[in-house]
Amino acid sequence: MSTTTLAQAINRGLHDAMGADDRVLMFGEDVGALGGVFRVTDRLQEAYGSDRVYDTPLAESGILGTAIGLAMYGMRPVCEMQFDGFAYPAFEQFTSHLAKMRNRSRGRVTLPVTVRIPFGGGIGAVEHHSESPETYWAHTAGLKVVSPATVADGYAMTRAAIAADDPIVVLEPKRRYWMKDDVDLPVTTEPLHKAVVRRPGDDVTVVAYGPMVRTAMEAAAAGEDEGWSLEVIDLRSLSPIDTDTLVASVQKTGRMIVVHEAAQTLGIGSEIAARVQQEAFYHLEAPILRATGFDTPYPPAMLESFFLPDVDRILDRVEESLSY
Amino acid sequence: MGERSSRADPPDPNDLLPPPEPVHLLDPDGTLHEDPDHPVDLDDDQLRLLYRHMVVTRRVDREAINLQRQGQLGVYASLLGQEAAQVGGAFALAEQDWVFPSYRELGAAVTRGVDTGKLLHLFRGTWLSDHDPYEHQFALYAIPIGTQALHATGFAMGARLDDNPIVTMAYFGDGATSEGDPHEAMTFAGVFKAPVVFFVQNNQWAISVPLDRQTAAPTLAHKAVGYGMPGYHCDGNDVLATYAVTRRAVERARSGEGPAFIEALTYRMEAHTTSDDPTRYRTKEEEEEAGKTDPIARYRRFLTNEGLLDDDVEEQVEAEAKAEATRMRDEIYEAPHGDPMELFEHVYVDDTGHFERQKVQLAAELAAAGEVEG
Repeated sequence: MSTTTLAQAINRGLHDAMGADDRVLMFGEDVGALGGVFRVTDRLQEAYGSDRVYDTPLAESGILGTAIGLAMYGMRPVCEMQFDGFAYPAFEQFTSHLAKMRNRSRGRVTLPVTVRIPFGGGIGAVEHHSESPETYWAHTAGLKVVSPATVADGYAMTRAAIAADDPIVVLEPKRRYWMKDDVDLPVTTEPLHKAVVRRPGDDVTVVAYGPMVRTAMEAAAAGEDEGWSLEVIDLRSLSPIDTDTLVASVQKTGRMIVVHEAAQTLGIGSEIAARVQQEAFYHLEAPILRATGFDTPYPPAMLESFFLPDVDRILDRVEESLSY
Repeated sequence: MGERSSRADPPDPNDLLPPPEPVHLLDPDGTLHEDPDHPVDLDDDQLRLLYRHMVVTRRVDREAINLQRQGQLGVYASLLGQEAAQVGGAFALAEQDWVFPSYRELGAAVTRGVDTGKLLHLFRGTWLSDHDPYEHQFALYAIPIGTQALHATGFAMGARLDDNPIVTMAYFGDGATSEGDPHEAMTFAGVFKAPVVFFVQNNQWAISVPLDRQTAAPTLAHKAVGYGMPGYHCDGNDVLATYAVTRRAVERARSGEGPAFIEALTYRMEAHTTSDDPTRYRTKEEEEEAGKTDPIARYRRFLTNEGLLDDDVEEQVEAEAKAEATRMRDEIYEAPHGDPMELFEHVYVDDTGHFERQKVQLAAELAAAGEVEG
């Protein structure tokens, strides 16, 4: 086994996808010689040349809009939005075209575009570099949204997203880019849109995705000291949501906490709570609770630890759930 | 693609600036002024075909307005007055080239051979579009203003990467030149030398807002200089000038010299759409004045002067126009919507996990409605 970081696993996934199919292109801001501001595209240009791995002008709508044209031509574009908060200039191309073109064309135009977006906080960044905008994409019919939380998934989900024919937004948990694991690459993991039980438990189900999976695992470990057995589910896919795995878990535990950095109102947790209470109402022993960011703009770096869910906030919700 | 444009050797702005006056080859009385820089390299059949496309377009356009008045279309955006700009531009493209239209490009569609009935399902609301873009290299109508310019640019970048001699043409209007996406598209196209032609029909009006509220530039064609591409302009009501200028831009792009920008000066003789009321923002006098430059009347005079248009040809063109309008009408008139379950059919290639319950719900609602009706 070899030690690999999440960033390296995604990089290898991109590398291997480009090797497997010469229609795969990688482009965005600073992805070429620099290798991306997080080095996720490190040495890809060296390996595949500046025709297939290229820096674009600093224009996000241009990046996504040309990706759509390239896909219509027959390429399989992978493009990077440098940061979550800088994806917004491309919002119209996301929602009006990338998401809708196939439906509009009655299935005649497919757009196998992968959009990689480093997302989330916890890195002490300046404003606009720590956002969790996943609801915008997950709410948009025609897009699929996934987020890898493990090193193995960093590789495998990148490969699966690029291989898929639908447009997929891959939200990469930027604070976990340097997280290490012993993984031999290449590796295959569960299907792209399946949730995975990362840690089995009996008392409370904790659902998380992306950067919060590790926090949820830490909470589960800490919960042991309190005598609580927490089941941690890594959602992996935010659109579609694997409701069956969530329902199966809550049928066992009777309690559920949903964790995300994104603001609470209309976050992914709202949808999960609605689905699970509908399908497992008589199994629930307590309301489904949420450990999330607040309904405020993302805070300045020195206050982000007060905003972001952590082990304590998760365990507070667990305790609250168990009090019913 | 991927190469940096060399700032050591930036283009000379004088090579990119539009000529002082828009290119103009046909006088209102149909007299042709030959211009060696803009040759009209068309044989008699092609010259007649230009006329045919314009007449068919106007006839189908009028039929569509009628259909809207009869409640058969929800809304319709007429191109009346812009036939020469659209047909002349599209006629300069080769078979393999692609058109990326806005929502007012009936003339370009007719020129490409697109089934106008299929195209107009959008305005009836049976579906959002129903022609196959890959059949005539004619992309779907794009309603959000100017957004298709980026698709045209990306497509051209892909073709260039493949050494595939395809040129793409993005049609948009004067209003769209204020939007961000055409700006980003022209920036990309310039940097990557994409074989794309940005074809602006300056019809003077963006719904109710005139050109002087869109730009302070000397002309729209001057904007091209800022993107490192040549700006051309032409009398967009002169089908031969529009053809010749576009031909030059298209072949330049095909030869690897990069994108170009064309401003075709024309006039939107109809309302913005059938829902619009132009009496609130412009005068009858202005419309009547603009009507004097009618592109079809001018071209008919030219063909007649040249002896290319006799009664037989006129009759044949009229018959084709009527046939196409009838075909469109037959396709659209009382066209029913499809199976509501189709709502779920095309959203994803693989929709596993998305709609299972909602499909069941709609199927149940349909069954219940069927029982009530039955």
